[in-house]
Amino acid sequence: MSDGILHAEAIENAERLLAVQKRRETVSLAIRYTILTIVGLIMLYPLIWLIGASFKTNSEIFAGAGFMPQSPTMDGYAKGWETSTPYTFGRFFWNTFLIIAPKTIFTVISCTAVAYGFARFEFPGKKILFASLIATLLLPNVVTRIPQYLLFRDLGWLDTYLPLWVPSAFAGDAFFVFMLLQFLRAIPRDMEEAARVDGANSFQTLIYVVVPMLVPAMISVALFQFMWTMNDFLGPLIYVSSVDKFPVSLALKLSIDTAEAFEWNRILAMSVLTLLPSLVVFFLAQKYFVEGISAGGVKG
Amino acid sequence: MPSFPGGGKHVRAISNELHPCLFGWLLGLCAGQLERGFCMSGDGRLLGFWYVLPYLLGLLIFTAIPFLGSLYLSFTDYRLMQGANYIGLENYTDILTSDRTFNRSFSVTMIYVLITVPLKLAFALFIAGILNSKLKGIGFFRTAYYVPSILGGSIAVAVLWRYMFADTGLINMMLTGIGFESVNWFGNPGTALFTITLLRLWQFGSAMVIFLAALQSIDKSLYEAAAIDGAKPWRAFFAITLPLLTPVIFFNLIMQMVQAFQEFNGPYVITQGGPLKSTYLLPLYIYEVAFKKFEMGYASAIAWVLFAVIMVLTLIAFWSSKHWVYYAGDKRS
Repeated sequence: MSDGILHAEAIENAERLLAVQKRRETVSLAIRYTILTIVGLIMLYPLIWLIGASFKTNSEIFAGAGFMPQSPTMDGYAKGWETSTPYTFGRFFWNTFLIIAPKTIFTVISCTAVAYGFARFEFPGKKILFASLIATLLLPNVVTRIPQYLLFRDLGWLDTYLPLWVPSAFAGDAFFVFMLLQFLRAIPRDMEEAARVDGANSFQTLIYVVVPMLVPAMISVALFQFMWTMNDFLGPLIYVSSVDKFPVSLALKLSIDTAEAFEWNRILAMSVLTLLPSLVVFFLAQKYFVEGISAGGVKG
Repeated sequence: MPSFPGGGKHVRAISNELHPCLFGWLLGLCAGQLERGFCMSGDGRLLGFWYVLPYLLGLLIFTAIPFLGSLYLSFTDYRLMQGANYIGLENYTDILTSDRTFNRSFSVTMIYVLITVPLKLAFALFIAGILNSKLKGIGFFRTAYYVPSILGGSIAVAVLWRYMFADTGLINMMLTGIGFESVNWFGNPGTALFTITLLRLWQFGSAMVIFLAALQSIDKSLYEAAAIDGAKPWRAFFAITLPLLTPVIFFNLIMQMVQAFQEFNGPYVITQGGPLKSTYLLPLYIYEVAFKKFEMGYASAIAWVLFAVIMVLTLIAFWSSKHWVYYAGDKRS
């Protein structure tokens, strides 16, 4: 009989403990969501406000903290697009594209070749070259910038896009070589060895066997280079001096320095347009990364 | 260092390799490694070398030679359009003894780095810790927090910051809305530095994504074992999570530091270095001396002082890492 009472008590206790634990978990979950939501709102509100403000009139922008425009207008976009220069923002977007496209293509090709060389071959000096790759990851650009400028000046490349393009053809961004190297290491060599046995040379192996497997990684390299170049300001600032060659980053800086500075909605509207490509590409990149990694997992 | 969703695996691999490789390299083991490299190729095959050749050429032309070139320039009075005269250590003695702008700029830079880097890492780790549980919508939050890192370097965001902190900007309107007085953000040194510091902290997402990937790779059975042994959650955090995260913390620390020392866009656009040079970070100073005044010898010397500071701090991090960075299943000395 007393055994039965004890038993019932034990069950009751256990149930109470479980309930307490459950409540604690619920509270913890609620706290987590609250923090995440508040921090998320604080983080994103500036961007939300920016988008809203770009549709406001100038007098409304600095009249309240809300993001919804009272009387939405496309004025900022229409007039901002015209700019105070002889060129429209379309020209500056086109210039940006002219910088980005070759740079991205060069980067993908050169970094893939170099990563392949590092991942699949032994050769004299490989270790020290590899160490130098890591060292350049950490080397602050500020140290090399001035002689690079003098070099490009002597080559007559100032006020062209060549200083922005050419280093990328030489695997200038060590980070991307590294990224591809990590992907390559995860890919087994069986297929490549089979191709070699069948008489393919190393270049054919690269093109027909390695590259198809590496495509997701190469796409993410391209997308990252795209976003970095889109944001790059110091490079064009140093090397590009004619307004007709300005990319959007310089054009935007120019617009806040000129009389346009009081036309807030124009500048905010052009800021939105400047951020738009990166945002779009980011959401694409996210998808590609998930796919790339899972595809690598299946093949690996 | 930008990161990418799901890319933590690779970044961690870099951090694992970075550690021994660079350390060896920096300590002057170059000679030994070169020799070993040459001995390794018994069959004398140079095939791989051809694939790496673009990198080697780029390294020489765009990195190594400019690197030494700027060291040489730093000992000259080189100005654009004028010849360079060797003046020994004069630039360096000027910088360290009589250049008040450098003094100001240097201390502002140190304050900026010492505030932003630890705060950014701590915040990134904190949010990653919250995200690292069975939450619904984790992907959504991760994306939301990562977006500022993607856009943060853009001039457009710097422009946005300028309007947000303007006298009647968003921040002041919010402050007055809840009964505070508005602040003249760009008018006094402390608050001006605060605005550019905040811009960097806002971009904690990239570090967070790396932390999150590392947290998710920690073996859950470790926590179960700890719980069975009666360890409280905070004890498990300090005994399991933190030690296993140290390689990633180390990696983020180095990368964030090197980046923070090179911040340019924010102060250039938002505050133009002012007021009273309170946001005049060293990269701004170097840019103006080199590309506005065209005193390239002097600018190179400042760049080398900055480089030396970064190098010393990196070395301290590497040396100290022996005592606090834990490599699982690894017996590296």
